[in-house]
Amino acid sequence: MNNQIRTHIIKLFNSDRRLDGRKLTEYRKVDVQLNATSTAEGSARVKIGETDVIAGIKTEVMEPYPDSPSEGSIMVGVELLPLSSPDFESGPPSARAVELARIVDRGIRESKCLDFKSLCIKEGEKIWMVIIDVCIINDAGNLFDAAALAAIAALKSMRFPEYKDDKIDYKKKTDKGLELKDLPIEVTVIKIGDKFIVDADSEEEKAIDARLTVASLSDGTLCAMQKGGDFPLTDEDICKMVEIGIEKAKELRKLVK
Amino acid sequence: MAYKERLNGRKFDETRKIEAKAGVIPRADGSAMFKIGNTWAYAAVYGPRNLHPKFLQDPSKGILRCNYNMMPFSSSGDRVRPGSSRRSKEISLVTEKALLPILDLSEYPNSVVDVFIEFPQTEAGSRCAGICAAAMALADAGLAMKDLVAAVSVGRVDDKLVVDLDYNEESYEEGPVADIPIAMSPNYGKVTLLQMDGLISKEQLKKVIEMGKKACKDIYEVQKKALKDRYKI
Amino acid sequence: MSKINVKNKDIAVPGEVLAVGMESFPGIGTYREGENIVASRLGLVQLDGRTIKLILLSGRYIPKRGDTIICKVINVGFSGWRLETNGPYSAMLSMKDATSQFIARGADLTQFYDLGDQIVCSITNVTSQKLVDVTMKGPGLRKLSGGRIIEVSSNKVPRIIGKQGSMVSMIKDATKCNITVGQNGLVWIDGSPEDELLAITTIRKIEEESHLSGLTDKIKEFLDKNKKTQKTDK
Repeated sequence: MNNQIRTHIIKLFNSDRRLDGRKLTEYRKVDVQLNATSTAEGSARVKIGETDVIAGIKTEVMEPYPDSPSEGSIMVGVELLPLSSPDFESGPPSARAVELARIVDRGIRESKCLDFKSLCIKEGEKIWMVIIDVCIINDAGNLFDAAALAAIAALKSMRFPEYKDDKIDYKKKTDKGLELKDLPIEVTVIKIGDKFIVDADSEEEKAIDARLTVASLSDGTLCAMQKGGDFPLTDEDICKMVEIGIEKAKELRKLVK
Repeated sequence: MAYKERLNGRKFDETRKIEAKAGVIPRADGSAMFKIGNTWAYAAVYGPRNLHPKFLQDPSKGILRCNYNMMPFSSSGDRVRPGSSRRSKEISLVTEKALLPILDLSEYPNSVVDVFIEFPQTEAGSRCAGICAAAMALADAGLAMKDLVAAVSVGRVDDKLVVDLDYNEESYEEGPVADIPIAMSPNYGKVTLLQMDGLISKEQLKKVIEMGKKACKDIYEVQKKALKDRYKI
Repeated sequence: MSKINVKNKDIAVPGEVLAVGMESFPGIGTYREGENIVASRLGLVQLDGRTIKLILLSGRYIPKRGDTIICKVINVGFSGWRLETNGPYSAMLSMKDATSQFIARGADLTQFYDLGDQIVCSITNVTSQKLVDVTMKGPGLRKLSGGRIIEVSSNKVPRIIGKQGSMVSMIKDATKCNITVGQNGLVWIDGSPEDELLAITTIRKIEEESHLSGLTDKIKEFLDKNKKTQKTDK
């Protein structure tokens, strides 16, 4: 099997260049727009190059899980809409969509940036469930980072709807939002040959050896990780990739502050 | 009881504010955005492309497949559960029937033209907005079409005949309401989608279809401009 | 006397009445409805004598006999190869059209063209059901190695090639790249990293501005300006 594009990418790396002329650890233009849709309780639209995603939040009141009676929770869904790429089909979430959703979820949940106790309405009876849905509008590569960024930005912009007499009035938004103690940011670092890049576009994604998605907090503490790709990583690879992930997260975080 | 003024100050035959843009999804073969009031539709066309499984193929021409879907956060009320529902399946079908009459797919035997319509935000009139976006996306994809298709909801609220019912008018409770989504080929005046919920007399229906024709012609001008503006530098 | 509602280089939208009267003729992208000539595609108006036609601005590649295209091998069989053509229809390359060398029956065909190989071939036949046959026997037809391939709208290929190849030659000279343009919208480029990038940016510019006038001069200016910047960067 011939993978010409991978050979060409590696050849370009030796001149410190990528297919589109970027440097190896350079992101495409990143744009974050809060409150992208008026019907969601919180929303954000993120564009990374031509990749375009919208995250929207809907809240529901429900009974707490039995093992955490005074805590609310979050749920993350990702829809790889067939609108966004010739490779996606309509139907139930693929393994790819589920992985993406779970990685975004872990980055937020494990960071403890959101105190789930603040989502409690009445202990043992009523809690807020914050549901984040990320929909892909155009897939031009690096959906992980775009989805995670959109999710955290949407959380930042969220305002609770009015809750009176056991009913939610979605049409009335309160001033109360979520208290986020920090902003966990996810960066996916990719290994091709013996070099590392960030923000792979669609062509580069076809040629990857391995990827490591790293979620980190403002002080560099790691809060979630996920390795993907068909090939293994060495210890040195992992250390290098984690370093790149933390550094790039600091840059991306500025866009959501 | 009479419906004196529209709840948002519009004239009875006036649509909500419309915004349209073509070529908004780079990966698609054709795409468009159509926003009317707070209802915001995206449409993407992929095709003609390979069609599997084989038994779906038509050796005499390409087939059209439409998929209408609302994003989970697009409703001003509860979250919309992801996945298809009976409602979205029906709307996908009538959307396909609304677009097919003006399309010529005879040059693409055994292939499929897929149209995907998605909504980040809905507030009444979504199937019509979806059809408007889809027609633009099909043209943007370079497909052969006799005409575009424009669509809008018409109907009656109490004693008045109106164009483009918004959410409050659809759920008006002080008198009878009829909600009639209508789509047509604007240059030929031929109707390709007609549905109705509510109560209306046949005389009122005749009048309201005329109002719809005029509104669709105006919408066509907006669609036309959006397609032409795509190529302005 | 026909009333013509449009002028050259206007953008036409399906359903638009381009001309009224029986003296005008409907060309590509238009049709006659009674007295009217109506646009049936999104395209650029071109008045050619009494014929009104459209230059298409978009649309997937539909194979035509005689076209030179760039394909990828997606399947290797016993007596030939199946190729992806960047469109809804695949193509067949049979053993007898593959090479002027002798191929023994039962030979391992991957020795000649393997899965994933990109080749420049020529379409010999297209049936009404759009079954496509290609050949590798002919001048310039070959397996591609090295370089990279970008996708452009197949409708823009004539502009990218230019009259008698003048546009693509201008890009080749300025960037010192080898460039092969397939009618199916795939373009192969091989050169140094900066030069490849310049060739690609230039081609993208042609794609975007292909419907505007003065394109050749604009592109020449663009290439000159960017070659200068390249030199000063070094």
